[in-house]
Amino acid sequence: MQVELKNITKRFGSVVANKGVNLTIRPGEVLGLLGENGAGKSTLMNVLCGLYSPTEGEIVVDGTPVRFDGPGDAIRAGIGMVHQHFMLIPVFTVAENVVLGVEPVGRFDHLDLEKARAQVRRLSEEYGLAVDADALVETLPVGVQQRVEIIKVLFREADVLILDEPTAVLTPQEVDEFFQIVRSLCDAGKAIVFITHKLNEILEISDRISVIRRGEIVGSGDPKKLTRPDLAEMMVGHPVDFNVERAPFDPGEVILDVSDLTVLHDDGAVAVDHLSLQIRSGEVVGIAGVQGNGQSALIETLAGLRPPAGGKVLFEGADITTASPRARHRMGIAHIPEDRQAAGLIGSFTVAENMVLDSYYSARFSNRGSIDWGRVNAAATTATQDYDVRTPSIHATAGHLSGGNQQKLIVARELSRDTRLVIAGQPTRGLDVGSIAYIHARLMAARDEGDGILIVSSELDEILSVSDRILVMFKGRIVAEYEPNKAPVDKGTIGLAMAGAAP
Amino acid sequence: MSTEMNQAVQGRLIGRNQIEDLVLVPLYALVAALFLGALVMIATGVDLSTIGQSFIALVRGSVGSLNALSETLTAAAPLVLAGLGLALGFRAGLFNIGAEGQVIMGGLAAVVAGVAMADMPAVIALPAAIIAGALAGAFYAGIAGWLRAATGAHEVISTIMLNLISYRLLDYLLRTPLIQKEGRADPISKSIPEAAELPRLLTFIDPNLRLHAGVFLMLAMVVVAYWLLFRSKMGFEFRASGENAIAARFAGINAGLTIVLAMAVAGALAGLAGANQVLGVLGRATPGFSAGIGFDAIAVALLGRSHPVGVLFAGVLFGALEAGGRQMQVDAGVSIDLIGIIQALIIVFIAAPLLVKAIFPWGFRRTRSKEEEV
Repeated sequence: MQVELKNITKRFGSVVANKGVNLTIRPGEVLGLLGENGAGKSTLMNVLCGLYSPTEGEIVVDGTPVRFDGPGDAIRAGIGMVHQHFMLIPVFTVAENVVLGVEPVGRFDHLDLEKARAQVRRLSEEYGLAVDADALVETLPVGVQQRVEIIKVLFREADVLILDEPTAVLTPQEVDEFFQIVRSLCDAGKAIVFITHKLNEILEISDRISVIRRGEIVGSGDPKKLTRPDLAEMMVGHPVDFNVERAPFDPGEVILDVSDLTVLHDDGAVAVDHLSLQIRSGEVVGIAGVQGNGQSALIETLAGLRPPAGGKVLFEGADITTASPRARHRMGIAHIPEDRQAAGLIGSFTVAENMVLDSYYSARFSNRGSIDWGRVNAAATTATQDYDVRTPSIHATAGHLSGGNQQKLIVARELSRDTRLVIAGQPTRGLDVGSIAYIHARLMAARDEGDGILIVSSELDEILSVSDRILVMFKGRIVAEYEPNKAPVDKGTIGLAMAGAAP
Repeated sequence: MSTEMNQAVQGRLIGRNQIEDLVLVPLYALVAALFLGALVMIATGVDLSTIGQSFIALVRGSVGSLNALSETLTAAAPLVLAGLGLALGFRAGLFNIGAEGQVIMGGLAAVVAGVAMADMPAVIALPAAIIAGALAGAFYAGIAGWLRAATGAHEVISTIMLNLISYRLLDYLLRTPLIQKEGRADPISKSIPEAAELPRLLTFIDPNLRLHAGVFLMLAMVVVAYWLLFRSKMGFEFRASGENAIAARFAGINAGLTIVLAMAVAGALAGLAGANQVLGVLGRATPGFSAGIGFDAIAVALLGRSHPVGVLFAGVLFGALEAGGRQMQVDAGVSIDLIGIIQALIIVFIAAPLLVKAIFPWGFRRTRSKEEEV
């Protein structure tokens, strides 16, 4: 089945999300759709799968113009989408999840699960998906849950599969397996649209690449002839420097000394298991690991937000195991939270208010219980300029900024003061190439000034490009340590450690 | 446009959206509520001329004479005071249903302090009675705040329970020798001595004008609440916790302390409303003297969009409806319950601004479509 998008324009009020987009999706082919966050990828795909109707232009399926009035129409036409965030019910089995909404029924409306199971098994074998139809979804690893989502789409007899940022949640090994599945789907004649902002992946898996920027297709090409810098330039609109500049590695004294730290989840399960680590001045320590292996609890504990169940944390020799978040902040510990929307800023507050969210009380901004907004505004103006936060005004609400600018705002708040230690959780997750490079450069500048930096990231490429020392976290423990300065580090080896294999 | 003007317009306090929210929506809601109120009257068999008469009475009784204005402001003062407290709580993310109980405790404390200060000069007795009211309200609301912070007990439940406790406590305390009027068997407090009374302001014109110095207390508290909310450290903490409790905690704001403080400040303002009633209007405490002020104040705070200036206008509007409603009953014989219906309809429309914008499209900026991920 061949699908053509012809001259698609989608407007929301005065905002143009897509402008004159032409795209052809062919059977047996992977079309890579590359673009930054906010470039218009998701809107375009939501038009294709029937969630939005285009303002102008048409969708043509096998030569016939069609009109989708909802996702149901698109599914009936054979177009299915695998969303970035899975839409599965954890306590249901794979088969139950797959048939949800289109349940096969027998007489008297009796749910015919046997039929569902058989179909799941057949699909699983046909495409090499290796999924147990009777397993409860909550017991399955993330990579397998994703395959359940794919089976859901195949079960609805889709010929065109849209995969939205499918590798964001996968380990490197899972990515390899996932690519094999994509190829087997292709070989079976399915058409695949692969949406991503990761350059390496799109070059590896695609048969054709289209790059979208500000709602328009700005370039297309053959992955065999394109390079990463070419794609990055198309995506951003200007050349991007991938090298993170840094001074030679010359670590100083120990700044943070964590020994035998144990942290529990809210439900009492062990999140961090007798973990020890040290961070020295002028050193970037990167913690690699699949999400959900205790990294979040570790960061929260180091920031003073979660009391440890055991162990000790020393900061420049002082015991801060039970210090409050504010006490740590005053000592010079900066914290860039993992979830910038929920924990890093207050969306309904202005840029200026967010800029002083953790320092409004200091003598710099407050006097006898009263906040000096003149000084706050002056500081916010300087910080937005210094850190390249693009906002219409410091009085604009932070929730309206793009993700990259929100993160720059948080980085500006945390780093525009005397810091000794920077704890950064997923500092560039979901950001565009330009913002990533900028934030890395800022963190490196802090390192070169003698700060200790702890970066937790589930993106292995990020860990590899910024870290002086790499620790791999698995089930609450550090299971492997690498020093790229001493010996080159192999991505595959780290990937295995992330998956729990003994190094 | 000068830079300051520019900043002021773009700023959060008097931006275009605030004008729409604080002025246009309530205004249209009032119009829609009055219209539906008229329909209710028709439905209950009131003829058109009586309806017209009653609306004229509503205007006359609220703003039609000096006495009407005096009554409107007298009714507005406690609503604004308690409404400011609730607004502060809402801003901090606390849904305090307990203003009624806090009004009662504040009123009782003001009676006790006022009676005790009978021999003192007014410059001491009056402030002491007012402060006693504020402290009692703060303490009573602080209980609910502490329960929330220490045990996670939700403030909606605990403040409702504290309201019930306050009714019975009032009945009980009004019969204790310290408070009960000498020689009376029924529950009624001693009278407020003159030194502790909020002086009436317009008796030189007409001794029947009830407007008293509580109106200055009300205006002063609007300014204080505004400063507290938008200029003080504490208010920043309230707003941060209310808008995004997680981010506030991550930024080092002590969540438990903020909850207790916000409840206490809210209670202090409700306590002031109680003190205002016993010291300025009633002259004593009786069972049910709070008269639902604490509940009407919830509506006032919501109608005022939890903004001190909005609360002032909303409180005056509700005061006007109350004063005008009494006139309606006298002149046109329409039940005062109708005013309750109109007040409720206003709240319904305020709670559904999209509905108001659909009925009255005039004056709103063209709505931008959702700024979703594109």
